[in-house]
Amino acid sequence: MGVRVQQEPFDFAAEAEAFAAGRTDMGAIVTFTGVVRDTSGTLDHMLIEHYPGMTESAIGGMVEEARRRWSLGDCLVIHRYGRLAPGERIMMVATAAPHRADAFAAAEFLMDYLKSRAPFWKKELTASGAEWVAAKDEDEEALKRW
Amino acid sequence: MIDVLYFAWVRERIGQPKETVETGATTVAELVEELKAREERYALAFSDLSALRVAVDQELADFDAPLQGAREVAFFPPMTGG
Repeated sequence: MGVRVQQEPFDFAAEAEAFAAGRTDMGAIVTFTGVVRDTSGTLDHMLIEHYPGMTESAIGGMVEEARRRWSLGDCLVIHRYGRLAPGERIMMVATAAPHRADAFAAAEFLMDYLKSRAPFWKKELTASGAEWVAAKDEDEEALKRW
Repeated sequence: MIDVLYFAWVRERIGQPKETVETGATTVAELVEELKAREERYALAFSDLSALRVAVDQELADFDAPLQGAREVAFFPPMTGG
């Protein structure tokens, strides 16, 4: 189990490899990574702010809840903050389970909760200025399925 | 004495990330009213509570949450992680 909130980039391939290594009892590993997307074609960079302390405990709570709901052998969440350029990886989730249904469901659950319940705020800096990214109704709606 | 933290545009509108306030407020809503009465920048930041979220001692809470024993209250817009 791991939760890491960090400014520096992470090596997705190395993290996924290390996560998957050395287990003989897990039949399924699911990994997801989120990438900074330039939706307008003018994004220079993104600034991600977070609430140190609460961020770690909120994500820790999500991981605990995922473990209660599904049969998981392991779980990893890495989320960055600070300045990120388009194409950089913002975060990753990895889940390991004996069977793939649990690994996929837990990863989706964690993703949905990270979107709207982990205290991060994104600001986009483009050629025309800086703007806080507004939360989407559909992200809030997505929590209802859990 | 309670630490009050602000994040994202709430921090920008209030002009500081954190302050310690002397308050007799018993709920988050009462604290908001006290802050709004202080200065225009608070009134502006707290003008639409539906656009804000609150955490008491680093746990999400409602505006009617009690403040007895609380050390830290944070105000911020809906979160945009992931």
